[in-house]
Amino acid sequence: MRKVVRGFYAIAHAVKLCKPNVICAYPITPQTEIVENLAAMHAEGELENCEYITAESEFGAASILVGASAAGARTFTATSSQGLILMSEVLYNAAGMRLPIVMVVANRALSAPLSIWNDHQDSMAMRDAGIIQVYVENNQEAHDLVPVAFRVAEDKRVMLPFMLCMDGFKLTHAYEPIELLEQEIIDAFLPPYDPPVKMTTKKPLTFGAYAPPPYYMEFRAIMHDAMERARKVIEEAMKEWSSITGRDYGGHTFTDYDEAEVAVVAMGSIVSMARDVAEEMRKEGKKVGVLKIRTFRPFPADEVRKALENVDKVIVLERALSLGSDGPLTLEVKSALYGTSKEIHTVVVGLGGRDVPRDLMVKIISEVYEGKVKPGFRFEGIHEYEEVIP
Amino acid sequence: MLEKAREGSDILIEVRFHGRGGQGAVTAADLLAVAGFKEGYYTLSFPTFGAEKRGTPVASFLRISDKPIVQRDEVYNPDYVVVMDPSLIGVVDVLAGIKKDGMLIANYPKGSEDLKRHLNTDVKVYSINATKMAMEHLGRPITNTAMVGALVGATNIVKLETLKGTIKEWFEDESLAEKNIKLVEEAYQYMKEVCKW
Repeated sequence: MRKVVRGFYAIAHAVKLCKPNVICAYPITPQTEIVENLAAMHAEGELENCEYITAESEFGAASILVGASAAGARTFTATSSQGLILMSEVLYNAAGMRLPIVMVVANRALSAPLSIWNDHQDSMAMRDAGIIQVYVENNQEAHDLVPVAFRVAEDKRVMLPFMLCMDGFKLTHAYEPIELLEQEIIDAFLPPYDPPVKMTTKKPLTFGAYAPPPYYMEFRAIMHDAMERARKVIEEAMKEWSSITGRDYGGHTFTDYDEAEVAVVAMGSIVSMARDVAEEMRKEGKKVGVLKIRTFRPFPADEVRKALENVDKVIVLERALSLGSDGPLTLEVKSALYGTSKEIHTVVVGLGGRDVPRDLMVKIISEVYEGKVKPGFRFEGIHEYEEVIP
Repeated sequence: MLEKAREGSDILIEVRFHGRGGQGAVTAADLLAVAGFKEGYYTLSFPTFGAEKRGTPVASFLRISDKPIVQRDEVYNPDYVVVMDPSLIGVVDVLAGIKKDGMLIANYPKGSEDLKRHLNTDVKVYSINATKMAMEHLGRPITNTAMVGALVGATNIVKLETLKGTIKEWFEDESLAEKNIKLVEEAYQYMKEVCKW
């Protein structure tokens, strides 16, 4: 059924159809309405076999889900920004315990200074936790990928938490037509969660046990292997899901070009506009294309290398910082391109919700295309500034 | 405007709503997003995001297109601007970036001539006393439905019937829906008359 809904409802509706057993969260802007909608659905009796728990903090919410997931429940939470990093201690544990918790991160800047607006710094801070990270471009994709998240996370070859990243406000609060999924489609695609092991009162188990030096390393190596295996599992799931829904978002990456001199690499909602600008430039005979990175963990280095093989200049649109180094996406792209020589531009845009107008996108791409700017790291859409420390 | 789309050429209509927190600027954009969708268009509406308080100036945005909408930046060059509160004139740069052939419609009691003088612009500017109309129909100075009716009356971006149907579904309270529909009709007819199309 096609309906005009807000992004947060699109997520809540899809989560409901995935039949979670425990939803636990703590409110934080701009995520709040996701769990608010789920709480309302729970109160209306639309969620069967499901506990909805409001925790006392994000730390508590993640901890409750660790317990619930270890007991064999299908679990969901959503958070943003400070909430996510408050969860971080628990989430590293969840990943190490191999608990397939699915979470939506409504991407928002980190403090300080306080900002409730969108960028990718929060999820990037969780980059190394052992959590699968997928970034969506629009609300249809966000809606569609919720069942994929559960299926991949709970796959016995994977068993890792899954973080679906959607731009806060830009997507969560956008009101637009969505093709809402039907229960039967999800039931056919997503089997009930069948945990390989689970904690019961009859069979108590220890999760996240003490691992002295003779054991620890192997556990981490096994996690690494699981994350590597997740590549194929995600691909399989996406492929099957595309054939069922008829909506194909590509694989880990998506390119809109066969041949390009300049390629823009981007993640999240900014991709659509970049693609629109590139399309317009191609009509003018300029060879420009967009490489969308959808899966960030595991990082699709082979696909990126292949997509950029014949490209001369690469523009990486960064929505996060790794202070004192290149942006986190640039680091991945450079690593994927190791041994090749290309001009790489790191362009940081839209931190803390700074709008990226179409004109700015045109300027960024055109200047690189016309060779007017030097490669390297720079901010765009930034005012003149001066540091004042008395 | 949408006639062009019906003839098969590309179209993208961008609207910016100015209001004060609590006046329903977001709902105004949302109502047209649903009405446009009902007529077969792609639509996108979104608020200026933030922790707005009641009474502070706010804006919301609407795009209607015959193609999927990929632009999620704010509306910088609107085709239409709708001002829901007369006290915003002179306080907020309501005409910022408006297209040369664009149009501004304001809830403004002193008439179009006075408004045009005040804004000192060549762009088409029309006023409507939406607060008075809202007080008559709703008993409250909530002007969002009236201003949506006025915009549709001035531009015909969606059909009046589609808008009325949308409002009927929007309000759970049937009598409130009816009152708003009457308000929309009055604002629509008034503006249609003023714009003489």
